[in-house]
Amino acid sequence: MDITWYLVLSALLFAIGAVGVLVRRSPLVILLCLEMMLNSANLAFLSFARSLGDQDGQIMALIVMVVAACEVVVGLGLIVAMYRRRLPLDVDEVRGLRG
Amino acid sequence: MVEVAFFVGAIGALGGAIAVIGLRNPFYSVLALVVHLVSLAGLFLLLHAEFVAVAQIVVYAGAVMVLYVFVAAYVGNVDEPLWEPIPGQRVIAPLLGLALFIELSIAVLGTALTSLESEGPTIAAGFGSPAAIGQLLLEDFLIAFEAASLLLLLAAVGAVVLAARRPDLDDQGSRQEAEA
Repeated sequence: MDITWYLVLSALLFAIGAVGVLVRRSPLVILLCLEMMLNSANLAFLSFARSLGDQDGQIMALIVMVVAACEVVVGLGLIVAMYRRRLPLDVDEVRGLRG
Repeated sequence: MVEVAFFVGAIGALGGAIAVIGLRNPFYSVLALVVHLVSLAGLFLLLHAEFVAVAQIVVYAGAVMVLYVFVAAYVGNVDEPLWEPIPGQRVIAPLLGLALFIELSIAVLGTALTSLESEGPTIAAGFGSPAAIGQLLLEDFLIAFEAASLLLLLAAVGAVVLAARRPDLDDQGSRQEAEA
């Protein structure tokens, strides 16, 4: 199986994730789509690691997973805070940065 | 055999990804993302990244998705309005995604890297094993490893601060609910 297949698949997944971020308005689904984009980047890292026979790309993928976990934690904290304040869970409605 | 495994994983990952942005109920989107992540873990195994694949299933499909399920259940079903605040958004956004895909594909297919047109070089037996990854993390990438731990601590503290109950900021409705 050529490495190119994996890379094209990761490009496709990244594009689908980007479309999701642009089209959807629920912050929860936008976070899910960001996860998809980060994971497609992970797939590209691992493909290049395989094609170079070097494990450094796998370390990078692990670090990306850590950053993604942090992003999820803060993002979900924000969603819970929005829900508590009775703000609409719609990113088009919540556009000001007033506290 | 490898081809069959690749296409099963790829179809699972693509189907999950499309389902995430296609389903209206956020709860179903979360479940679709679990399918997507497990399929991707299979692809990671095909790329001889055993440790990353297991971490993907345990950390992502396990812990992070449980967090998502809890929040999706907590905030309930959010109805997205059908009307478009930005005219033509649902037409332009997929076009932009298509352009992004074509651009990335050109970047990938246009590289002069001949190693991409093979299965990759023959690799040692321990490639991607926990022992090899652990040794790299604690020797060559120690600073990145420590920075990651610091980042996780900061994120945990930030989430507690963000999601904490603050009666002065919570509005009247939630206060009445708390009293009732």
